[in-house]
Amino acid sequence: MADVSLRKVIKRYEDVEAVRGIDLDIADHEFVVLVGPSGCGKSTTLRMIAGLEDITGGDIMIGGDLVNDVPPKDRDIAMVFQNYALYPHMTVAENMSFGLRLKHYPKAEIRSRVDEAARMLDIAELIDRKPKQLSGGQRQRVAMGRAIVRNPKVFLFDEPLSNLDAKLRVQMRIEIKKVHQKVRTTTVYVTHDQVEAMTLADRVVVMNKGRIEQIGTPNDLYHHPATRFVAGFIGSPAMNFIPCRLEDSGGGLNIRLTDRIAFPLPPARAARYQGVTRTDRLLLGLRPEHIAELKAHPEPGIEPFEAVLDVTEPMGMETLVYFTLEGAQICGRVSPNAGARAGEPLRLAVDLNNIHLLNEVTGAVI
Amino acid sequence: MTSMVIDKGAPTRAVKYRSVSRDRTWALRWSYFFLVLFAIFSLVPPFYMLITSLKGSTEISAATNPWWVFHPTLENYVKLLTSNQFLIFFRNSALVSILVVTITMLISVPAAFALARMRFWGSATLATGVFLTYLIPDSLLFLPLFKMFAVFDNFTGIQLINRWYALVIVYPTLTVPFCTWIMIGYFASIPKELDEAAVIDGASWFQTLTRIFIPVALPGLIAATIFAFTVSWAQFLYPLVFTTSTDQLVLPVGIITTLIKGDVYNWGQIMTGALLGAAPPLIIYAFLMDYYIAGLTAGATKG
Repeated sequence: MADVSLRKVIKRYEDVEAVRGIDLDIADHEFVVLVGPSGCGKSTTLRMIAGLEDITGGDIMIGGDLVNDVPPKDRDIAMVFQNYALYPHMTVAENMSFGLRLKHYPKAEIRSRVDEAARMLDIAELIDRKPKQLSGGQRQRVAMGRAIVRNPKVFLFDEPLSNLDAKLRVQMRIEIKKVHQKVRTTTVYVTHDQVEAMTLADRVVVMNKGRIEQIGTPNDLYHHPATRFVAGFIGSPAMNFIPCRLEDSGGGLNIRLTDRIAFPLPPARAARYQGVTRTDRLLLGLRPEHIAELKAHPEPGIEPFEAVLDVTEPMGMETLVYFTLEGAQICGRVSPNAGARAGEPLRLAVDLNNIHLLNEVTGAVI
Repeated sequence: MTSMVIDKGAPTRAVKYRSVSRDRTWALRWSYFFLVLFAIFSLVPPFYMLITSLKGSTEISAATNPWWVFHPTLENYVKLLTSNQFLIFFRNSALVSILVVTITMLISVPAAFALARMRFWGSATLATGVFLTYLIPDSLLFLPLFKMFAVFDNFTGIQLINRWYALVIVYPTLTVPFCTWIMIGYFASIPKELDEAAVIDGASWFQTLTRIFIPVALPGLIAATIFAFTVSWAQFLYPLVFTTSTDQLVLPVGIITTLIKGDVYNWGQIMTGALLGAAPPLIIYAFLMDYYIAGLTAGATKG
């Protein structure tokens, strides 16, 4: 097992720069997820760590060794692909042991490793089947088994769950987490699904347009996003963004959304935003759970307002409500008993203790 | 008149909508009709060969019904199979074909792998070039090749003309390009992740070829093998040009040159020889038919 370091890594294809200088340190045993929209360079980064793509610039180190020019087979890594990439003419056992057989491990050792991995992944009874006799989830397990038996320094996962249906994806997600908790191998995992990233990762790396937007623990990214991209990408339903500006009112600070609507900021927030130029065009970032129905005795910092609902989405344990404010569609989460009905007004409350204020021009969170 | 046609047209259309299965039945009937037609068309010559091979020479020249044997005899078979000459033709054909198939596969499989997978400068152009060489007909090539052999003889003293093994050198010019092309198409249809997985598992290029690509592309490989075998077994022009002594001839040329003497045609033995000559490819086809078809279709859609 080992740590992985990327230093100013660049990948250029003819005239497009897919990865534009990435610095990343992954500690031993850590589970790091690279997440971002398609074309953000996350898969390319993973493939450069694997050695399947040459790097145009920068350095990649695995376990302290510079591996820029080391071929994949000598990097001691294992990779799980989106389409599983099982060898169709080999049985499950042969698939899993292929790497060990190439390295001429003793037969008994190969057998015990395959058996152990098969037991861990619950595929022991499938060991003599061919890949085409397996379901998608089983194939994915075999692909993971093939990685585990090698006992490599690093696991690389390239969108391994994208080909599975929603239910199976949740199940395999838990399976992957369990396996990592058992084997503790350093893992780099690529996905475009932010839920997968949040649930699996020790640390999440959010990428956009070939650059890293932010690195942090799932909770970090959720509660303290650094940029508008991260704020909007992490969390589902996505964060609401409402154009606003600050204005002084008496000793305090008001946040004005429209000519009609302005809320007084709680003292802690007002102190933080005191230095912001009053004329700056700002964005108020509000997660849906911070727009809820008005309670009987609201805590300080929770301000009421009324909105006419466009659409309601009952989810069972909560109801998502959508309304329009200054042309922007806003989503809130209310209790199923709040009496939310489409086309009717509802008394809502915004939690100003949990707002994010962003600069509309730079996209930076203030 | 026009309105009547429209009136009649409307209900007919409705009926057609209801009977998709009837449409399909008709499509099936037509396809079977043509299949039977083509089957008859292609089976009549071998049938005629079989009938004639079972006749004695008197019955062949007699003015009886040519489509039936009245006095069946195996005399043609006995004569041919006990004739040393015919067995030599057979041996030459078999040797040439087996050697050509081996050489073809040894060249075209690694070549196709390199062209399909190793990205090097000009590999795409080279792949097209390989196919273009296949388009040059052998009737254009045999004279230059003959000249080359003659010059080679002058310089080295090694005589290749009128030697059966000269064919082993010549035939691959026909088989290698086409087989390489088939295999490129087949290898290209193997997902890229499969060789990436192999590379990460620690396989070298050669191991990726032998342990992953060849087993996975086995149907294509068999299709290419059958093609190479058929081409070298049935080739007529090159052996006619390059070999003349009876001990160097291969089957197709041997039958023609030894069983036709002037304008005397030994039809019984010609037909028997042709029938026996067609047997090996037939047997190979019968055993590998499923693979062959799988290979052909894969090459057709992915090539």
